[in-house]
Amino acid sequence: MKITLTVDDQTIQTQDNSSVLSACHSAGIYIPHLCWLETDAPADAPAACRLCFVEIDGFREPVAACAVTVENGMTVNTGTVAVRSLQKTALKLLLSVHRVDCKPCPANRACQLQNIAKFLGAGLGCKPFERVLKEPEVDVRHPVLDYYPNRCVLCGICVRICRQQHQQTWLSFAGRGFNTVVGYFDADPDAAADCLSCRACLEYCPTGALVQRLADDDR
Amino acid sequence: MTVDAMQRIQAAYQTLADEARARQAQFDQSPLPKIHIGMATCGIASGALETQAAFETALSERGIDAHVHTVGCVGHCYAEPVVIIDYPDSGFPPILYPEVTPGKAKMLVKLFLEEGDPRFEHVMGATVENEMIPSVMEFARFNRETRVIMDRCGRIDPEQIHEYVADGGYGALATALCRTPEGVIAEVDAAGLRGRGGAGFATARKWRAGWAASGSDKLIVCNADEGDPGAYMDRTLLESNPHQVIEGMIIAAMAVGAARGLFYVRAEYPLAVRILTSAVEQARQMNFLGTDILGSGLDFDIDLFQGSGAFVCGEETALIRSVEGYRGMPRHRPPYPVERGLDGRPTVINNVKTLATVPPILEKGGDWFRGIGTADSPGTAVFSVVGNVTHPGLVEIPMGVTLRELIFEICGGIPNKKQFKAVQIGGPSGGCLSADFLDTPVDFDALTQAGAMMGSGGMVVMDEDCCMVDVSRYFLDFTQKESCGKCTFCRIGTHHLLEILRRLTRGEGREGDLAQLETLGRAVKQGSLCGLGKTAPNPVLTSLAYFRDEYEAHIKEGRCPGRTCRTLTAFYIDLDKCARGCDACVGCCPVDAVFTTSNRKKGIDQQVCVKCGECMVACPPDYDAVVKISPATLAPIIERPAEKKS
Repeated sequence: MKITLTVDDQTIQTQDNSSVLSACHSAGIYIPHLCWLETDAPADAPAACRLCFVEIDGFREPVAACAVTVENGMTVNTGTVAVRSLQKTALKLLLSVHRVDCKPCPANRACQLQNIAKFLGAGLGCKPFERVLKEPEVDVRHPVLDYYPNRCVLCGICVRICRQQHQQTWLSFAGRGFNTVVGYFDADPDAAADCLSCRACLEYCPTGALVQRLADDDR
Repeated sequence: MTVDAMQRIQAAYQTLADEARARQAQFDQSPLPKIHIGMATCGIASGALETQAAFETALSERGIDAHVHTVGCVGHCYAEPVVIIDYPDSGFPPILYPEVTPGKAKMLVKLFLEEGDPRFEHVMGATVENEMIPSVMEFARFNRETRVIMDRCGRIDPEQIHEYVADGGYGALATALCRTPEGVIAEVDAAGLRGRGGAGFATARKWRAGWAASGSDKLIVCNADEGDPGAYMDRTLLESNPHQVIEGMIIAAMAVGAARGLFYVRAEYPLAVRILTSAVEQARQMNFLGTDILGSGLDFDIDLFQGSGAFVCGEETALIRSVEGYRGMPRHRPPYPVERGLDGRPTVINNVKTLATVPPILEKGGDWFRGIGTADSPGTAVFSVVGNVTHPGLVEIPMGVTLRELIFEICGGIPNKKQFKAVQIGGPSGGCLSADFLDTPVDFDALTQAGAMMGSGGMVVMDEDCCMVDVSRYFLDFTQKESCGKCTFCRIGTHHLLEILRRLTRGEGREGDLAQLETLGRAVKQGSLCGLGKTAPNPVLTSLAYFRDEYEAHIKEGRCPGRTCRTLTAFYIDLDKCARGCDACVGCCPVDAVFTTSNRKKGIDQQVCVKCGECMVACPPDYDAVVKISPATLAPIIERPAEKKS
């Protein structure tokens, strides 16, 4: 069933079971996000990146747009002061654990962090937070992929897309809290070599944290 | 339900209860002395196993016949191991002895059980009113409590179901089975019961949603993943009276229409796991669990799941993920577990204490329960009061008792003539309240309003020697380590908060740090995904609000008012008090920082000192010459005399 909602004084129509983020996305209204996939139903969205905040009439505080199901007549504001403040803080927090060295990064110019920073007019600095980077710079445990923890924003899309494509996942979150990374657990190396024929995680990674390993000569 | 069916249920229960009572009567009426030993984890940690062995050895050595009866915990942790000796032939009432070491156990067997002298100097009190020995009920720590949940704790053997049944246990279940699910929920609603897990959500509302949820494969889960530092109410309850929780769970299952139940217990509670496993098995044998319970047609059984100790798994959605076999990470709500829980099935999740409160409500009625506590928070609250109090332990009080009454009257106040500074309520999600809040009544809403929260019932009392910055650092360190890493604010935000606090405790605080703590703290509170992230900054935000002067002293003066932060404190020896020739401090110093001055008194080399405080402990009380001071620069410098050539 189609329903109608108002977003930033604009009236849009959408399916009644979609999320606010999905409705806005379809209508061409951009809301910053990192961990959301277009196929995500509101109940299944991870709501982990904490960027897609909006204010909705009737809610006391800003809410993650990916996790709220649209209702007929809903009034949504995507750019209030409270929303922008939370989004900027989330971005600064992500940048505070990010190696901002864009030139050699394969995601340069296609990077979602760059896009969001540009959208928010925030730049790539992380002040007032101090930058804390992880060691080592590259995790080479995967047979054919390299993982850069200091580029990763832990959106978890690689883990989810791998499961969607293969019913099980070769990638998984490892470590906990601040030390969480995307890990690869030494499964069957032959099967892992097939990763190059799939490449879903590489294509979906918003920040170039997962890349195909180059031969030593090409580095 | 027909009258016939009700009579059948009551008759089935009556038969079981009669058997249990007959068995219990044999024990109660036995003329032999009975030695009741508290054997929950707290008792065992204080040496109850050794005490039990000493009793048994002494009894057999002296050829005395007596029952050694292991019971749960009475909640008086300061007095562990607690032993009650009931020796009817001696003419004395049952007597409670605190701190019964193996030596004391042997002595009591000889002098009391053999010679009839109860050794008054070791007695805390009698457990019943009598003419000979003052009763323990004369102490505030006993008589100010109202026990609904913990009533049977420390009285019965948790591993013997008949003791619970003989005491009226499972009677509420029989009553409930004679009613409709709506009737049971209405009773809980009338009681105004609010979830004891922390947030205080109305239990009846949750159950109604569970009842209304579609699906025949509903689940009820008991959340026993207690993880707050300093909180151990759930553990003690499961170790002391597991059947009351099981009974509550069966009633809840009947009310919401669940066919399976699950206990989520931390693996770090091995004794609770063992006792609960055996309790479930015994309940099954007596048909309180299984098929056609007490002939009512209700089928229900319980499994046990051991959590691996992640704090975040106490959050209900993370708990579900962990049972499903995934990494324990919360997801957003709605959908609430009651709509979509474990494996997508409707799942009602209740705290241990909530379920334990249900049988008394069904037994005595919702109105009775509402008569205890306050209008909006009826019933009792169980707190584990720990830290700088004279009588720490588990306390069950009616809601509405003030913090002052709880800490000073019931728990005996602050020991060692120190001043009260703060009380941390609700663990790492709660807040630090100052002395200004001592008259706050203990209930869900008043504590939340003050900036703390009821939480699951951990209460840490702190005296003047605690540094509030360091306490905040401690709690943040905890939440930061226990963060699951899923969402940006909790994963990275708490790290930055902790770094600032660490800096402050090292005396490297800067202008602007406090403002940043507040701004970032509020952002983490607002932006985090789950309840744990949303409450993680609370210890910092509340202590900043109520103890801002301490934070400022760290930054501006390099002074730690609690004299706790090592870089900001120093030890020195007061030469007016130091005794010539005494070497106590010299020998204990691990780094040879203490030297002898020219007049044979002692001095501390500040360059070498690691501030362990051993010299302060070692200095005889008669001299009391070692002084701890903050800021460190205030310590007078005493030159180490040049080494003599030998």
